[in-house]
Amino acid sequence: MTIWTDIIILGLVLTNFRLLATSRLGAVIQTTIFQAIALSALILALAGKPLPVRLILLSLITLTVKGVILPWLLKRAMREIDVRRDIMPIVGYSASVLIGIVLLGLSFLIFMPLNEAIKSESVFLLPAALFTILTGLMMIISRKKALTQIVGYLVMENGVYCFGAALAVYEPMLVEMGVLLDVFVAVFVMGITIYQISREFDHIDTDRLSELKD
Amino acid sequence: MIISVFLIPFILGILVFITPWKGARRGLLFAGALLHMAMTAILGVFRMGTYQAGDWVGLDSQGLLFLAITTVLFFIVVLYTIGYLFRDSDIHVMDSVEGFLFRNEPETAFISCLLFFLSTMSLVCISRHMGLLWVAVEATTLVSAPLIKFHRHHRSLEATWKYLLICSVGIAIALLGNYFLAFAGHDLAHMNIDTLIDNAGHLNRTWLKAAFCMLLVGYGTKMGLAPMHTWLPDAHSEAPSMVSALLSGALLNCAFLGILRVHSILTAAEMAAFSGELLVFFGMLSMAFAAVFMIRQNDYKRMLAYSSIEHMGIMALGAGVGGLAGTGAMLHAVNHSISKGMLFLISGQLLFIYGSKNIDDVRHILKTTPLAGLLWVSGFLAITGTPPFGMFLSEMTILKGIIDSGRWALAAGYLLILSVIFIAMARIIISMSFGIPENEKTAESFASGKKEPAWFRAPVLIMVSIILCLGFYIPGPLWAFLENAAVMMGGK
Repeated sequence: MTIWTDIIILGLVLTNFRLLATSRLGAVIQTTIFQAIALSALILALAGKPLPVRLILLSLITLTVKGVILPWLLKRAMREIDVRRDIMPIVGYSASVLIGIVLLGLSFLIFMPLNEAIKSESVFLLPAALFTILTGLMMIISRKKALTQIVGYLVMENGVYCFGAALAVYEPMLVEMGVLLDVFVAVFVMGITIYQISREFDHIDTDRLSELKD
Repeated sequence: MIISVFLIPFILGILVFITPWKGARRGLLFAGALLHMAMTAILGVFRMGTYQAGDWVGLDSQGLLFLAITTVLFFIVVLYTIGYLFRDSDIHVMDSVEGFLFRNEPETAFISCLLFFLSTMSLVCISRHMGLLWVAVEATTLVSAPLIKFHRHHRSLEATWKYLLICSVGIAIALLGNYFLAFAGHDLAHMNIDTLIDNAGHLNRTWLKAAFCMLLVGYGTKMGLAPMHTWLPDAHSEAPSMVSALLSGALLNCAFLGILRVHSILTAAEMAAFSGELLVFFGMLSMAFAAVFMIRQNDYKRMLAYSSIEHMGIMALGAGVGGLAGTGAMLHAVNHSISKGMLFLISGQLLFIYGSKNIDDVRHILKTTPLAGLLWVSGFLAITGTPPFGMFLSEMTILKGIIDSGRWALAAGYLLILSVIFIAMARIIISMSFGIPENEKTAESFASGKKEPAWFRAPVLIMVSIILCLGFYIPGPLWAFLENAAVMMGGK
């Protein structure tokens, strides 16, 4: 199974680079669909041979929430607000990719000494999870549009989720569902908020939301 | 039985949505607060929250303490809210800072979010499973976001956005900490708090440390520990006053409870030195940050927000030092919630009467609105830990705990920051409260026009009497209860 795991992880790392490299919001949202597919495949690839029913269920629900419902919500928000691109980010796109490469190297460095201690399926798994979290954070910090920041939050959450899968931490179904529900509602509430922001301000550039300060 | 403290407000919150009459919705809010308080009293007095290791929900002393604070504060705030809604809901209101007209959020959504807020905070207090706790803490963020943007204008939207994004990212980091925690107890394979405490000796120490750091940063963001506090002054200053009171007095405590839970696991694993030191460090840092920002503050609601950061720092410090200071931190939580709730409610009235959040625009409160002025000054004395108010006792208890543990430098730093904050706040409050109006006209125009309404008096007087009582006399059973709550996190 290791070969499949490795391919999925490779895919996940590539989606992160696509997120860092593109300015089109449509493409960014589309990429989260690929990440959701990778995550749900990862859950199955890491499971033992007779596949437990609850993991199949979990994988399907993850795919539905993160791969169908959330991207649909985000696409809808994008149309309502009528924003297509995240132009003039705080850190440019080529620079973002270069920083991404550094972050990827850093993630490997951090987990190099730990690989012995963790008997995980693949040596790439934990670094890739950390890299996904860092990509999400990078998007939140370096992009201006509130919508991109929501996607950044989602990507970060995907990375944390990946950690859960990598450490084979399978919480009771109730908690897994609660986590997914919270992420769903978070994106929903954030979506409503940026809709209201765009109506009030005529833009969703978060660097111009700077009235409240000391 | 115990789950009812979560279910009652939750179901009432849904009922609010389908109730067509305005009066009935307000009635439901009142009923929810009253029922919740009655339920908490029953659970507390008859000790019905008992649980076995492995249960999802249960009430230990810590949980019961924070649940009791939440329910009392919520009940008092509801009394205020109902009066407030009679005045301000569903009409065009003038923004008191910039003078434009705006419409508040629909009252239905506001009331049901208040009830959902109560139910999710109760879930935080009763959950015995780290995963469930996480779900509940994240849920509190989501249901309180609509409360912060009750006044629909650009400043409140900005505050809401920062609150949502920063807290969600913080709590995502806490989820990572949860996974680390579960990995630390690999063969246990789940994250029940009691199971983890019982098997604390077998946990992997490296992963446990990593888990604590992640959870401290994650829940610390929500709790308002510096330097993760940046959302807090914005949200507290732009939310309507009763929401600020709830955020400060109840929500921050809930996040603190999340940190205390992990702290107690580390204490059981005999790693209290590590987690305690971190808590002390972040506690002192928060107090120092708050002191710096309060010195040159010119917005009185932001000043109160920074004061919340200070008191969260004091509580983290007390919990980190442990022993008597731990008990002091528990007492401090009670005092802080009530005093800060009161100050926020008064600040809401000052904002209404004077139409400005700027300190320079508010003068001689004691002359123009004597009752509000008197309460504002007593609130200031209470929050800075001056006798005869309760906070004096809790701050002294924490100081004694620090000295008992022989850390003189820490005690000196603690006293220094407290006195800096006292002076910074005194400068602001004295200039706002005392003095005589230069010309009679201004005084008259205030006296004839806006006055503090009658419905404002009852909740605030209840609060001031509670903190005054706690300053003179702490009942024996209450002290024993607080000590018990502190023991749970390795107080003794």
